Amino acid sequence: MTPPKDTLAWMYEKMVASRHFEEEIETIYMEGKTPVFNMANGPIPGEMHLSNGQEPVAVGVCAHLNPEDVVTATHRPHHQAIAKGVNLKKMAAEIFGKATGLSGGRGGHMHIFDADVNFACSGIIAQGMGPAAGAALSRKLQGKPGVAISFIGEGAANQGAFHETLNLAAVWKLPMVIVIEDNAWGISVAKETSTAIQCNADRAAAYGIPGHYIPGNDPLKIYEVAGEAIERARNGEGPTLIEIETYRLAGHFMGDAEGYRPEGEKDALFAKDPIPNLRQLLVAEHGFADAELDAIEAKARGEVDEAIAFARQSPDPKPEDALTAVFA
Amino acid sequence: MENERKLTIARAMAEATAQEMRIDPRVFVMGEDIADLGGVFGNTRGLAEEFGKERVRDTPISETGFIGAAVGAAQDGMRPVVELMFVDFFGVCFDAIYNLMAKNTYFSGGKFNVPMVLMTSTGGGYSDAGQHSQCLYGSFAHLPGMKVVSPSNAYDAKGLMTAAIRDPNPVIYMYHKGLQGMGWLGTEKGAIVHVPEEAYEVEIGKAKIAREGRDVTIVSIAQGVHHGLKAAKVLAEQGISAEVVDLRSLVPLDRDTIRASVAKTGRLIVVDEDYHSFGVSGEIIATVTESNLADLKAPPRRIAYPDVPIPFARVMEQHCLPNADKIVATARALCQAPILA
Ligand SMILES: Cc1ncc(C[n+]2csc(CCOP(=O)(O)OP(=O)(O)O)c2C)c(N)n1
Repeated sequence: MTPPKDTLAWMYEKMVASRHFEEEIETIYMEGKTPVFNMANGPIPGEMHLSNGQEPVAVGVCAHLNPEDVVTATHRPHHQAIAKGVNLKKMAAEIFGKATGLSGGRGGHMHIFDADVNFACSGIIAQGMGPAAGAALSRKLQGKPGVAISFIGEGAANQGAFHETLNLAAVWKLPMVIVIEDNAWGISVAKETSTAIQCNADRAAAYGIPGHYIPGNDPLKIYEVAGEAIERARNGEGPTLIEIETYRLAGHFMGDAEGYRPEGEKDALFAKDPIPNLRQLLVAEHGFADAELDAIEAKARGEVDEAIAFARQSPDPKPEDALTAVFA
Repeated sequence: MENERKLTIARAMAEATAQEMRIDPRVFVMGEDIADLGGVFGNTRGLAEEFGKERVRDTPISETGFIGAAVGAAQDGMRPVVELMFVDFFGVCFDAIYNLMAKNTYFSGGKFNVPMVLMTSTGGGYSDAGQHSQCLYGSFAHLPGMKVVSPSNAYDAKGLMTAAIRDPNPVIYMYHKGLQGMGWLGTEKGAIVHVPEEAYEVEIGKAKIAREGRDVTIVSIAQGVHHGLKAAKVLAEQGISAEVVDLRSLVPLDRDTIRASVAKTGRLIVVDEDYHSFGVSGEIIATVTESNLADLKAPPRRIAYPDVPIPFARVMEQHCLPNADKIVATARALCQAPILA
């Protein structure tokens, strides 16, 4: 199932937007952090987990979603948020900790919440799983349309919440898709040192649900497999587990020296960068003209630049606002 | 003293662990990113190189599994040192900690011991938001059956780690990220102090007078001690003599040292980066008011984290955190307050 041309254009646009967003964040994050790197300094303090290289997963899955569908994300949420349609300006402002941010600066980059498009996060590994299942259950109980997607990393597949929630989703036949982004690393620990089997998708068998592994960080293949799983969920046939090979082109977080990576790994990954690859493919096989793609890129970048400028110019929250919004 | 060897808390913790591993084959270490990476916060650096990956084990992200496993190994004669990377993650594994680790000695009538150390990082101040910045001292100290320590400097860090590993009981070893001496988290210089090469213990359950004074007692732990010391310096210039008590241990709590200090000064300020209500600060104040009410010249005060989740934005987080300025203002108010009748 090849995506229609406008979907292909959308996927490319969101991948470019996502990458450009991360590159801007990366640059701004370093402001005030040189020559001495101290996480507390600069316009964007705290931890920063970039999604460079993992864009295919986000667009391949979210191409099938509407605003009413639910997504739960992780500590590495920007690409998914952009593909889900989270308000880019407010998200940028949140990452800067500004009053105009999605949560008025309370959440920051690991806690992106946008109720308008049903997007939520947790920085605790695998803890998006339960809430996604709960949202799926709620839709089922209310007879309302919508599926829930829980994005997690491959490291999260060794967490209790992963297994408990898979069983729950399977037993209750919830309209849910669990998407594992296998970027091969959980901080410094390689997948093969932490995980007893090669492929987490095989764990679906333990819960009697379909499991698919998608190699190659290939947005079109992801689009196809995710489409079938989401269709299945929408039709009331229950959850699916999908594991996707993807590439973490950045460190675990900004400031990570990445000494644990085998030599040459990064270069090999950069050679497989999915964005130029998709561009080539769109020209070679899908009838896109270079000018068309240039225009898409310009639009994507423009929107990101606008969002970043908005974030920069926005005011800080009032210090005492910290004490508000604890309860409804 | 300029040529004295000074260490960061991170290095002091690793040194103590290595020294115990050399003399005690039962000691082994496990946790996330503790082998090749040497711990996200540096406190296991060098251990994997020296002792190999049988004894220094990177775990999957399976806290409830490996902390539970540490309990079992400890009961079976080993001395596990395990790491929960951020204390905030206790939510996914607390049963292993407070229902197993902390209770099995009691349940078994002392037939099973659980000699293990659970190291975990605490604290904020660097905009890591509400799932990566908490202290949760009170949450752990509240539950019986486990000792709880937290050093403010490298000397205590080494001695407490040695004592914790040798202790026949489970010890929660909370280290504050802002004191680790990892440059990327900022560096509290006061935490980097002389550390003797040889192994030694700092007794668990013994507080230390970090600075002597007459007019007001500032009680705190870990990062709060440094706020207290900075405040005491400023107060001294203003003619107020502050005594700073570094608790070092929360369980057992050295109530005698606290009471003796307040008996001398008559005024008490508790500085706690943990949440305000139902926590350490209330416990310290109760410790004094239950027995020494007559010693108090003014009502005790606490400077703690307000009862809200920790926000990301710098201005909001800094507004909430204890700091030296808040302590100075509070101490001045206390010392100028009329003496209680
Ligand atoms: C319960 C829990 N344990 C540990 C952590 C610390 N931690 C943050 S990210 C991470 C690695 C996650 O690996 P993976 O799930 O593969 O996601 P990736 O970082 O590769 O996107 C760890 C261990 C956490 N946030 N929550």
